[in-house]
Amino acid sequence: MTGATTLAVADAGLPSTAAHTDPATEPLAAAPSRIGRLLRSGSFMVGAAIVLFWVFCALFGPFVVPYDPYSDDLLNTLAMPSAAHWFGTDQIGRDILSRVIVGAGPILSVAPLATLLATAAGTTLGLLTGYVGGWLDSLIGRLIEVLLALPLIVVALLVLVALGPSSTTVIGVIGIIFTPLIARTVRSAVLSERSLDYVAAAELRGEGALHIMFVEILPNVLPPILVETTVRLGYAIFTVASLSFLGFGIQPPSADWGLAISENYGLMTGGYWWTVSFAAGATASLVVGVNLVADGIQAALE
Amino acid sequence: MSSTTPALELRDLSVGYRTLGVEQLVLRGVSFAIAPGETYGLVGESGCGKSTAAFAALRALARNGFISGGRVLVDGQDVTDLDPAGLRQLRLTKVSMVYQDPGRALNPSMTVARQIAEVYEAVGVRRADALERAEAMLVKVRIPGTGRVMTAFPHQLSGGMQQRVVIAMALAKNPKLLVLDEPTTGLDATVEAEVLDLIEALKQEFATSVLFISHNLAIIERMCDRIGVLYAGSLVEEGVGADLLARPLHPYTMRLLRCLPAAGRRKSDGRLDTIPGFLPPLGSIRTGCVFTPRCDFADAVCRTDAPGPTRVGSQMACCHHIDRATASGRNSLDLAVPVPPTAASFGRPALQVSGVSKTFHVGSHALRAVTDVSLTLRTGETLGLVGESGSGKTTLARLLLGLTAPDPGGRIELDGQPVAGQAKRRSRADQKALQIVFQNPDSALNRSHTVRHLIERSLSRLGGLFGRQRSERLMALVSAVRLTERHLSMRPRQLSGGLKQRVAIARAFAGDPRVVICDEPTSALDVSVQAAILNLLADLQSTAGVSYVFISHDLGVVRYLSDRIAVLYLGRIMEIGPAEDVFNGPHHPYTEALLSAVPDLAELHNGERTARIRLSGEMPSPLAPPPGCVFNSRCPRKIGAICETTEPTLPADADHAIRCHLSREALGRRGGAPPVAADQRYAPVSA
Repeated sequence: MTGATTLAVADAGLPSTAAHTDPATEPLAAAPSRIGRLLRSGSFMVGAAIVLFWVFCALFGPFVVPYDPYSDDLLNTLAMPSAAHWFGTDQIGRDILSRVIVGAGPILSVAPLATLLATAAGTTLGLLTGYVGGWLDSLIGRLIEVLLALPLIVVALLVLVALGPSSTTVIGVIGIIFTPLIARTVRSAVLSERSLDYVAAAELRGEGALHIMFVEILPNVLPPILVETTVRLGYAIFTVASLSFLGFGIQPPSADWGLAISENYGLMTGGYWWTVSFAAGATASLVVGVNLVADGIQAALE
Repeated sequence: MSSTTPALELRDLSVGYRTLGVEQLVLRGVSFAIAPGETYGLVGESGCGKSTAAFAALRALARNGFISGGRVLVDGQDVTDLDPAGLRQLRLTKVSMVYQDPGRALNPSMTVARQIAEVYEAVGVRRADALERAEAMLVKVRIPGTGRVMTAFPHQLSGGMQQRVVIAMALAKNPKLLVLDEPTTGLDATVEAEVLDLIEALKQEFATSVLFISHNLAIIERMCDRIGVLYAGSLVEEGVGADLLARPLHPYTMRLLRCLPAAGRRKSDGRLDTIPGFLPPLGSIRTGCVFTPRCDFADAVCRTDAPGPTRVGSQMACCHHIDRATASGRNSLDLAVPVPPTAASFGRPALQVSGVSKTFHVGSHALRAVTDVSLTLRTGETLGLVGESGSGKTTLARLLLGLTAPDPGGRIELDGQPVAGQAKRRSRADQKALQIVFQNPDSALNRSHTVRHLIERSLSRLGGLFGRQRSERLMALVSAVRLTERHLSMRPRQLSGGLKQRVAIARAFAGDPRVVICDEPTSALDVSVQAAILNLLADLQSTAGVSYVFISHDLGVVRYLSDRIAVLYLGRIMEIGPAEDVFNGPHHPYTEALLSAVPDLAELHNGERTARIRLSGEMPSPLAPPPGCVFNSRCPRKIGAICETTEPTLPADADHAIRCHLSREALGRRGGAPPVAADQRYAPVSA
């Protein structure tokens, strides 16, 4: 290794580089940071507040609820909202406020885990198809199209019927169903990165495909992955609630919102609106909150 | 309006932009006037405010731009506070603009006819007449086959044709003022020359005043009557074109001129001048002269008092020390006395290429991007690769690197040993021996990684270094490319263009390469930064003994750095030889045309301008190259049927080889009139 010493050339052209290349004096565009733009975005802040509220309920719900959400009170069934029971009680006298608070727990563990699974699998597939290309891309691309052509809920129901409903199965099913959607987004982002010269430079260094995919390309496609993941989380929440409503998701006696709607919707016609409305409102607010966060992130990254 | 009313007058104009509530001045008290029929050139490095001045003249500033002081007068009319209706009238009748990228200035979903006719209809011409006048306008901008072009969509036209259409649209309303913002920057040299000829001819024909913006001093000098030099938003110097460039008064202009590797300078003649430091960030200098931090003559006065305009003859400069600056002798171009090239002091052949071709398949058609290229690169030698876009320069570079596999049959040898066609099949030793510096550092450096990671990764992969050895080597490399330790923790977006290119160079040198391919490494940089990078490349070569393949469309740059030059056309080497022989001749007709297309500042000093040779038509598609000599469809020296039937060969044994049927004696040389018969003489277009 002689280059180390021979490369140190006399410095004649650029006088005292230390002073002149001082980055503080460089003309750099003072672009506001992405975090800064996020915090200035109204929709992100509102969405984040809603989501954080439900996350708090999921984590600390059992410690703050006014009543035990699972204990019945058969003398006080289907009570109207009142000072004692703000959201009223259900068919067997359970406090609905407590159940709504605790009900954030199951959905906020199943939906994010399913989304995480889909993101991990979809990112890997997207990187593979986008970077390697060729027959692998064609093969996986066709498989993805087939999966996307099937109606989501029907596939989920079939699998759940075959395997038996459980939270683990729900996570797995939703994860697999969302994988192709994320893979498609990642693939198109990878395709535009692949044509950049830093990929060629890595190939000229003799880097392996895994290094190029996960160390060189992946950090640069994180922004679209982040947006897609947040959007998918909203859909995952919705799907989990739907499956629970249909009886194939989270199982009783959980305080899950979808389950609550499923158990009580027959009572709506009898005028017992509170048994369903608060759970439905909670689901809706969480989905809206997540979507607002997704909008904010998307705007900040563009 | 009287005939002496300036077409455009800026009076003490200040323009700023508001970003996130912070106002920053981009132009500070700029004043100049353009007389009727005059062409005024505005030069300066990027970020100096050239385009802002143009947009202010049209009152077309970006949404967050505002005029904070002074006035803009177009044809005597104050347009600073015009209402929307007045603005529309102004843009409809008095000013038009031609942008840098014609592809984006034209509507892709409208035919050329429709787009030009629209301009006429806007000023009240009937629809049928408008189409007729549109066609007449196309004839005026010298578009061959107007009927075909009228019905074409913009993407069906070449860049040069598109720019002609844009110029036709700009002139259709017969404006008082035409603003040209880098109108030829994206075009090839021969096309650029044609478009510049056209603008010059149309200027006479339409008697329009022109504001011509360019970063290229030679083009500005050729096109403009008067020149203004912008630096950091201030007009630092102004004067009659030739005088200003021959005898600049302001230290910035002097520095800028000396950065150019013009006038036959070579790397053996010494280093290029650079301008130390950086353009100050917007609004950072509030008192005194804006050039103070980078000026050799600055003293206490410069820091406190902004210099007012000082007139010397026809010239004006804003400087406190014009006397000292002009007395320093820096105001002349450094015309190097051509030294006879030192005969082959180079070592053994480092890279040998023989019979390499590359065919791409476009649908069912075969596209021969590179055809039968053979060349030899010796240790420590620089081979310049020139040619217009589409000539196969970059494909050849990718073939050498193994990013594209060559067609079977060709051979690439490194130190006498054949290397595999594809980079991933090459041995570690071959991989580290052949490296590249890409054209665009934004694309070549992974924006997610720090400078330290970028260089260290190459050191461990190519140099096989780890731990302390690696950090020692890292520091040596970093100081060799004149970065400092503090840059190591930064990411590419925190660095300026020149610094980014230094990181890319450090990375290419991490494994002690034998051959580095430089693919237009300075084309995205300003001249002062370009000079520093060229110096760096020359230094690294003289200390590390590396060979370069240097690709560039800038012949001045190629000449400065190259020992040998290869000229490519449609994937074939048309001429290859020692740099001075290629420049001095006898040269291939294509080389001759390329050389003649480039405006040269040195001509200012030599007096007479050489007659220009203009190529007609465009480079044929590589899908269907002309039979015989591929250059015959554009060749100004075509001798007859033989050119269309037989492809001339490139003599393999000659040091200076030319692929042409003409004898060496009949080929053109620099200076002397080429000894050709009168009927073969090619008349310049403008005649």
